[in-house]
Amino acid sequence: MMQFLIKGVFRDRHRWLLPIIVALAAVSILVFTFSFLEGYKLSFERQTSRFVSGHLKVVSRAYAEMLDMRPYDLALLDIEAELAEWQKRYPQLSWAQRINFGALIDIPDSRGDTRVQGEVIGFAIDLFQDDTEIRRMQLTEALQSGRLPQKSGEILITNIAFEKLELELGDTVTLLGSTVFGAMTMQNFQVSGTIEFGTKSLDQGAVVADIQDIRQMMDMPGGAGEILAFFANNEFQPKEAARISKDFNARYSDPEDEFSPQMLSMLEQGNIGYLMQVFGLGMLWMSLGFIFVLGIVLWNSGLISGIRRYGEFGLRLAIGESKRQVYFSLLVEALFTGVVGSLLGVLLGTAVSLYFNRYGMDMSLYNQSGNVLTENMLYAKLNPITLLWSFIPGVLSTLVGAALAGAAIFKRQTSQLFKELET
Amino acid sequence: MKEVIATIKDMSKAFPTGPSQFWALKHINLQFVRGEFSGFVGPSGSGKTTLLNILGSLDGPTEGEVEVLGANVHQLSQKAASKLRSEHIGFIFQTYNLLPVYNVYENVEFPLLLLKMDSAKRDKMVKEAIAWVGLSDKIKSRPAQLSGGQCQRVAIARAMVKKPELVLADEPTANLDTENSHHILDTMARLNQELGTTFIFSTHDEKVIKYLKRVIRLVDGEVASDDLASGI
Repeated sequence: MMQFLIKGVFRDRHRWLLPIIVALAAVSILVFTFSFLEGYKLSFERQTSRFVSGHLKVVSRAYAEMLDMRPYDLALLDIEAELAEWQKRYPQLSWAQRINFGALIDIPDSRGDTRVQGEVIGFAIDLFQDDTEIRRMQLTEALQSGRLPQKSGEILITNIAFEKLELELGDTVTLLGSTVFGAMTMQNFQVSGTIEFGTKSLDQGAVVADIQDIRQMMDMPGGAGEILAFFANNEFQPKEAARISKDFNARYSDPEDEFSPQMLSMLEQGNIGYLMQVFGLGMLWMSLGFIFVLGIVLWNSGLISGIRRYGEFGLRLAIGESKRQVYFSLLVEALFTGVVGSLLGVLLGTAVSLYFNRYGMDMSLYNQSGNVLTENMLYAKLNPITLLWSFIPGVLSTLVGAALAGAAIFKRQTSQLFKELET
Repeated sequence: MKEVIATIKDMSKAFPTGPSQFWALKHINLQFVRGEFSGFVGPSGSGKTTLLNILGSLDGPTEGEVEVLGANVHQLSQKAASKLRSEHIGFIFQTYNLLPVYNVYENVEFPLLLLKMDSAKRDKMVKEAIAWVGLSDKIKSRPAQLSGGQCQRVAIARAMVKKPELVLADEPTANLDTENSHHILDTMARLNQELGTTFIFSTHDEKVIKYLKRVIRLVDGEVASDDLASGI
């Protein structure tokens, strides 16, 4: 019987064309949207971990309480020995000491007086020991002019700030800030190159300097505001991160000592966890929304198709099918068209997603005006869950549409359906 | 003495029309025996189709009792009514109502699929029924490729394929020309004779009336005359 009905579906394009087209279009959009969102999420993860959070971060407990303010005066000092132990205990992590700071940048004129001043945020990273941090921050790619610092006393400055301050490559600039002890400090640097990260929040005004120079300037020998840790494959692993941070804190963190180290997973820092949760919930709500909207669309198309088929239903009831059987057969038809449409949608969506997975999407214009840290080239990311989350709504919405439309069979008298044979 | 296959006792049927009711059938008393070739005759609105629907368990009476093939129509559940129709009753309609996406073979096969018959037996019965109506050469044709008369013959084959005890035919010749009408009626009369199937028609077509062995005239929902009662 099922074979007979499916044969009928195949032969009557009114029965399959619209549902399949709707499911195909919706599911392919869903696959692409989800893979785009997944790519966006991963890009956000990568960029945020790269510049802000690491996959894990170790700070002093006092610093952790004011994490968003980056209070480097609450930094961990003289932690080389501890860091060596952590590296040994957690070999799966790669560590990076950083100091994030705010400073005034002062540009002198030919007489040595202030010509212009501005505010900058500073990233102090290890520029000279090896190129790990240079690769991690993608400084080579970000370089717009000049060269990367090659010796102590050189810095990079973002393009916007460079132009705003009317600088030339090789100019000397003075950074003014305060030491960890609160005293005023200033140090001269030579501009070796300009950079552009492609993200508005970073590109407005930032400098990148070697951490040893900044330690000296801030009077914090062997200190680091934050020690970031990254998984070797450079992909954030939430469960493993949670496990490691729990283990670390149990071993090394003392709630009674505000300068004892505390490890925070990326998700525990600021609103990053919340944003990640929003991505996940977004996918769930999008799926439910699609089921709802498509359900309504297919309900209507099912109603139109159903009205056209009342005569057939009447005939089938007359021949001896029960209303339940007729209704069930409609659901089977919907399941069939839903599965076919959704599979085609998955294929189409996958093809489009693979294209953007390979060639990426240039988001640099968006990033110039946005404050979310994402990479300029966004690559769609497909995974089996994405495909499942797209496939299921396609099938479900077709079923929901048919279920709602088919309910009309139960609402009508058998003899009334039968009568429709004559109309 | 012939076996009674349907009995209608003081049956009335009303349809709601706003706050009041319209009585489509009033105090009907009839009995049908196996092998009859009878029909309800009357103008539009006289209650012919309603009566056929009730005999086919597609609708129930408002008052009175209707027993078809041993089953009380009023008390039948939907499932039991479907089973009664699928196993024992065949329907023929004025507009043929063939399923357009299926060919002749598949249209005739459809009622047997509901009976969950094995495919070899089903195939034999389908081909036999198509042969009864003389369409063996059109077995793969779709309804759109057939004439009106041929379509109605397919509908007859579909109604007869399961060899039902009762066939209800609602205005079966209304859309046919004279030649095709006679052809159809000859076919049904022959099947009535050969298989002993009971046929009950609803019609106002004089051509059909001439074939009927029993004419029950309905006027305004009441039996105005019955050949059996008048001894014709």
